[in-house]
Amino acid sequence: MAPWAIAIHGGAGVDPNLPEHRQEEAKRVLARCLQVGVDLLRAGAQALDVVEAVVRELETDPFFNSGRGSALTRAGTVEMEASIMDGRGRRCGAVSGVSTVKNPVSLARRVMDNSPHSYLAFDGAEEFARAQGLETVDNSYFITDDNVGMLKLAKEAGSILFDYRIPLAGTDTCSALAGAADSNGGGVHKAGMVMNGLPISVYAPETVGCAVVDASGACAAATSTGGLMNKMAGRIGDSPLIGSGTYACGACAVSCTGEGEAIIRCTLARDVAAVMEYKGLPLQQAVDYCVKERLDQGFAGLIAVSGTGEVAYGFNCTGMFRGCATEDGFMEVGIWE
Amino acid sequence: MGWALALHGGAGDVPRTLPPESREPRLATLRRCLDIGTAALREGRTALDVVELVVRELEDCPHFNAGRGSVLTSAGTVEMEACVMEGATLHCGAVSGLSTVANAVSLARLVMEKTPHIYLAFDGAEAFAREQGVETKDPSHFITDNNIERLRQAKEANRVQIDYTQPAAGQSQKAQAVVDDNCQTGTVGCVAVDAAGNLATATSTGGLVNKMPGRIGDTPLVGAGTYANALCAVSATGKGEEIIRRTVARDVAALMERGDALPLRDAAARVVAGAARGAVGLVAVSRQGEVCMAHNTTAMFRACATEAGHTEVGIWTDAADAGTGADGETVSVAL
Repeated sequence: MAPWAIAIHGGAGVDPNLPEHRQEEAKRVLARCLQVGVDLLRAGAQALDVVEAVVRELETDPFFNSGRGSALTRAGTVEMEASIMDGRGRRCGAVSGVSTVKNPVSLARRVMDNSPHSYLAFDGAEEFARAQGLETVDNSYFITDDNVGMLKLAKEAGSILFDYRIPLAGTDTCSALAGAADSNGGGVHKAGMVMNGLPISVYAPETVGCAVVDASGACAAATSTGGLMNKMAGRIGDSPLIGSGTYACGACAVSCTGEGEAIIRCTLARDVAAVMEYKGLPLQQAVDYCVKERLDQGFAGLIAVSGTGEVAYGFNCTGMFRGCATEDGFMEVGIWE
Repeated sequence: MGWALALHGGAGDVPRTLPPESREPRLATLRRCLDIGTAALREGRTALDVVELVVRELEDCPHFNAGRGSVLTSAGTVEMEACVMEGATLHCGAVSGLSTVANAVSLARLVMEKTPHIYLAFDGAEAFAREQGVETKDPSHFITDNNIERLRQAKEANRVQIDYTQPAAGQSQKAQAVVDDNCQTGTVGCVAVDAAGNLATATSTGGLVNKMPGRIGDTPLVGAGTYANALCAVSATGKGEEIIRRTVARDVAALMERGDALPLRDAAARVVAGAARGAVGLVAVSRQGEVCMAHNTTAMFRACATEAGHTEVGIWTDAADAGTGADGETVSVAL
């Protein structure tokens, strides 16, 4: 028997001026979803089942950018993606381009359990969801008024709004955004807001994820997202990519969030595990190393648990919606550093 | 130092009885692509240009499972995917679910260079291809008679056929003969390091015979089938699901990054040995101009060349062949 541990996130890169009542609401949602996981772990549930159940809760709550409340494509539609990975045997499943499945993380699990493949996308994923009898809803279920407004703002700003939603005029790539950060003394988030003068009392729904180690020492991770506001139709981000947004093995389980393209370039989730395996660093040091050394100019955050029951998180942007709990009674929900 | 280049046309358990009419066209294509890549490197083209150029040639060859000659989904359609990555910048681009784009690898490069994204798929990728004006073809261009027959056999056997696997025991002798003739093709890929030390990789595929529509394999996934950084460039091939869960390409680089900095051949050998037997092959080059072609299958269609003058084109690897190449720079490891 090993001590269990759980970590969850609702996205990295939080508007520093997020109103107090929105912060409180975020913490309430995080605490509720965390408690779902804690209760399951106390009842002896397996890590894989726990991450799926917790991510379903986070998807279903419209506060965060996944499932209901997903960010919109340029075309105003929702294209959701998710992945799940079982550290035992490194089994994995992923989906992209899902438009009617209520809980994409559960579809990812079905791909893992019930298909010969690891990853299904778009029409093929939707067909598979129907064949599996998963709950589907009209695409409009996922679209919230808030996000319709955010898409309009994003289009007006002529930029893609990263899921921490700070549009920067005249920048349309991750590296350009990172460059802007440097030229503004590292204050990309403040700079972005000043440059655009956008009302920041907008909601900040974000990618969600969960990493768990259960009492048997098994690790699992899952991540789910609606992706970037104003993304091109067909765009795939880091969340469904095994090794980028999600990874689990014997050593740890990791779920990432933030600037997807930066996460993909450094295969962030796998890198945390690789640094533990190949450099022998403990979990928190591995997390710190990857956030500092590997992300270079990208902005992102991640949560992680180790096979020995530790929890860790790290981010290099303003805030990450997160929570964690361990068997010894430690529980924390937070947003800022 | 010096430039180096390696390419593959898939890995699998290919019987040595593969008839000459199946073997020779593929070997000829490997040689021709090696010559094209070598000439381009000698002319001073960048590694990124070279891997794209070589993979385009491999895509156009109907004997390999990419571009023209892609295997078919259970619906009888083609869904091609590809990825390209540049080591120095970590810039990368990927596409999946293409049905009309003549050269998937070039669209992946356009995603890298012309969009704020890394990865576009299915309708969105096709729409982007049209917006960029890349060459498109009628889907029939990609579908060969051989692949129609392979799909028929896979459906008869009621299974998803890994593109290079042999038929299940108990199939008729006729079916055996046809599969032997047609199934020894695979994903294609190329890695290169140019004289300036720039690294790049590209991989392209039609996926699995009889795959479910929408299935994405390891090829377009950065870190799984394809990865390059400042130390090395890797293109993997084999059973996609195994390559994904082991992030094969990224792991070669990760082992080179670790404290005791494994050399390329040791890193590649360790990653390949760690995967299920018969599942993985890869080609890789290091910044120092080393080449490695490792596989734990009985065969990998492969070729490589280095500035120092070592050239190799091959399919099978004997245990006795494994080890140091003629000039000590090149290594083919069969595990």
